[in-house]
Amino acid sequence: MLLFLARRILSTVPVLVIVALIVFLMLRLAPGDPAAAIVGDSGTSENIARVREQLGLDQSLPVQFFRWSLQLLQGNLGESYFMKKTVVELIGQRIEATVSLAAVTLVVTILVAVPLGVIAAWRHGGWLDRMLMGFSVMGFSIPAFVIGYVLIWIFALHLQWLPVQGYQRLSQGPLLWIKHLILPSITLSVIYVALIARVTRAAVAEAMTEDYIRTARAKGISEKRVLMRHALANAAIPIVTVIGIGIALLIGGVVVTETVFAIPGLGQLTVDAVLSRDFPLIQGITLFFSVIYVLVNLLIDLSYLVFDPRIRY
Amino acid sequence: MLSKRNLMKTILAGAVFAAAAAAATSFAQDAGKVLRLVPQSDLKILDPIWTTAFITRNHGYMVYDTLFGVDEQAKVHPQMVDKYTTSPDGKTWSFTLRKGLAFHDGKPVTSEDVIASLKRWGQRDGLGQKMFTALDKAEPIDANSFRLVFKEPFGMVLEALSKPSSNPPFIMPARVAATPADKQIDDATGSGPYIFKKDEYRPGEKIVYLKNTQYVPRTEAPSGTAGGKNVYVDRMEWIILKDAQTQANALANGEVDMIEWLPPEQYTALKNNPAITVDNPIPKGSFALHLNHVIPPFDNPKIAQAAIMAINQEALMRAQMVHKELYNSCASVYPCGTAFATDKTGYFTGKPQFEKAKALLKEAGYDGKPVVLMYPADFALLNKFPPVMAQLLKQAGFNVDMQSMDWPTLVTRRAKKDPVDKGGWNLFITGWGIADNMNPMFYAPLTGNGEKGWFGWATDDRLEQLKSEFLASAEEPRRKELATSIQQRVYDTGIYAPIGEYKPLTAYRKGVVSGVVRSPVGVFWNLKKN
Repeated sequence: MLLFLARRILSTVPVLVIVALIVFLMLRLAPGDPAAAIVGDSGTSENIARVREQLGLDQSLPVQFFRWSLQLLQGNLGESYFMKKTVVELIGQRIEATVSLAAVTLVVTILVAVPLGVIAAWRHGGWLDRMLMGFSVMGFSIPAFVIGYVLIWIFALHLQWLPVQGYQRLSQGPLLWIKHLILPSITLSVIYVALIARVTRAAVAEAMTEDYIRTARAKGISEKRVLMRHALANAAIPIVTVIGIGIALLIGGVVVTETVFAIPGLGQLTVDAVLSRDFPLIQGITLFFSVIYVLVNLLIDLSYLVFDPRIRY
Repeated sequence: MLSKRNLMKTILAGAVFAAAAAAATSFAQDAGKVLRLVPQSDLKILDPIWTTAFITRNHGYMVYDTLFGVDEQAKVHPQMVDKYTTSPDGKTWSFTLRKGLAFHDGKPVTSEDVIASLKRWGQRDGLGQKMFTALDKAEPIDANSFRLVFKEPFGMVLEALSKPSSNPPFIMPARVAATPADKQIDDATGSGPYIFKKDEYRPGEKIVYLKNTQYVPRTEAPSGTAGGKNVYVDRMEWIILKDAQTQANALANGEVDMIEWLPPEQYTALKNNPAITVDNPIPKGSFALHLNHVIPPFDNPKIAQAAIMAINQEALMRAQMVHKELYNSCASVYPCGTAFATDKTGYFTGKPQFEKAKALLKEAGYDGKPVVLMYPADFALLNKFPPVMAQLLKQAGFNVDMQSMDWPTLVTRRAKKDPVDKGGWNLFITGWGIADNMNPMFYAPLTGNGEKGWFGWATDDRLEQLKSEFLASAEEPRRKELATSIQQRVYDTGIYAPIGEYKPLTAYRKGVVSGVVRSPVGVFWNLKKN
């Protein structure tokens, strides 16, 4: 087990190096110059050249990469060109909003999708199944921003139950915190509910055809217990895997949702950084997301130990 | 077996819980005197001389004060200065600061602070550089007064010291102004009406200012950047909302009190909302077509003139601004209705002259090579112009290659002087505020100094000569005459051309926000929240 963990953690190093190199090169080769953005509309070519020099952008790519790598090895992700704050500080300022949004979305998704999938499998082929799967197709098909604006129109502008935008920190009160997350997390969860409900339905439906289900029923166990204790437990691994992939996909999903609901999280920070060509910030966030992705995958692998005792690392 | 009844119970319980969580509290209403404003963009750079971004300038007006200000008619008035005198030869200017000026750290504003601030500004700002070139010395007379001694009479001392935009000469403590001009300051201590709350500064989310209770405003009524900078709220929060729809929704829902710069696409919805006032405290701004003069074909003034003749201001502005009441045509390079605006615009009328343009192209020997028009597809404020401009240029006889890109790419590419096949460009369109182009010495593109000048790099010695004469002159009639000649040179050389004027819109909650100051730039004092 420990050996497995050590091997997995070590294997992330080359992944992160490759990600760092690709991001570095893509940024430098893509059009757009942070110096021009900093100088502003009335700046001249001379002003831009001076800022480029100050930022070290006039140096060769290998020199720039070497300097950045040295910083990384010292645990320093650098400083934002524009905001004059360290990348770590900026990520620290934004992480709570994104983690809150992702966590609430995940809870909503699991609480809705898994029961829906189980019910659909239980009533396989019936009207409830068809209705739930129809909803699932809709969830896949409607873009998040459309869902977001419709929810805002109904619950914020029309009913005035919930705020249109923004984020309140948990320290400002749990009720205020959750109120600002209800609409964004519903918006973001729709597609994941659709995905996980479908996978749950398929996995549970397959488990329901197994011999042990027939045996359980023959023993007179209640249908509820058959579903939850025998079918769902045995269908857990594909569901957990998809939930894990869903967490990784959430990283992309938060960008749109944070924009629609003006949530100052890492998604918005990424968009800002890209639009202003803030190289250190983009590189820092990308690396951070890569680490999260790797960690989530590791946790999924470890969770298999819980769901299937036959698995050993 | 799961009964349908139990299932329905569970679903209903979940729904009730969610609704209860939502409705348990009414969401926070504005507490006390906190005014929440959506600024035009995010504030990322705090140093007011480091960028020409309007948002940094607006931040500057919050925390710093200026020696002079301009009213809504662009007339200069003393601001930090109590009185000033000029020597008969016009070379020596003496200034006395008014009493009660103090920085946010409690220390008094001294002439040493003023001189240090002006020197730093003079290293970056175009007009500041010209003033310091003409300056022999800037010296304190005592703690409260100072003098500027020029080698030759400099006609724009007051205009320079009151420059309202890009970049105003803000006064900061000498210890902060000692920061080299090519390094950003990290201390926003000023003597202005608001105090920057550094510990709550979260770019991309919120910028917070507190009322400077020690600030002593002038007694005159506020107008532009001049007059009394009274603050009637305890705290102002700039809430960063980038999406136009979200801005409008937040205002309609009372989550913010004011939108500084309302996107035109939200104009109809908010104008029809009885709880919202749509206003235009900044009278106007303008858009212009800029041409690259260092590469063919616009290195030939006749071909440049032909491109300018293709402009149809009405068609371009209608496409971008949509609503008739939000724009107007104006053929002058200065904002129509301001001091230097003139209808002596030569061949340029703002209306298309395709046949004349075609004849000019033929005469100039245009070889039919495509001209590259840069199209910032992501920039809502500008992205309707290029497709219309491309069509107009085609009708005038040009072969047009309209290249789509995002705005950051455009601002990078426009700095390139290479031929178009090596990443260069021929044309692009951008916007300006009234404070930028109401004076020929303020307007960055109005240069004929070649590669030292603004993007497009036109070379015209006569234009530079006229500008030098303008700088030296202090008489209004002579200045007006020179401004007209400068305008004529712009069109004769085909440097650039205006494509129309727009009304920058501000929206705020009716009956809640009042006291919006009319000004050539966005200022946020005098605002009251009921």
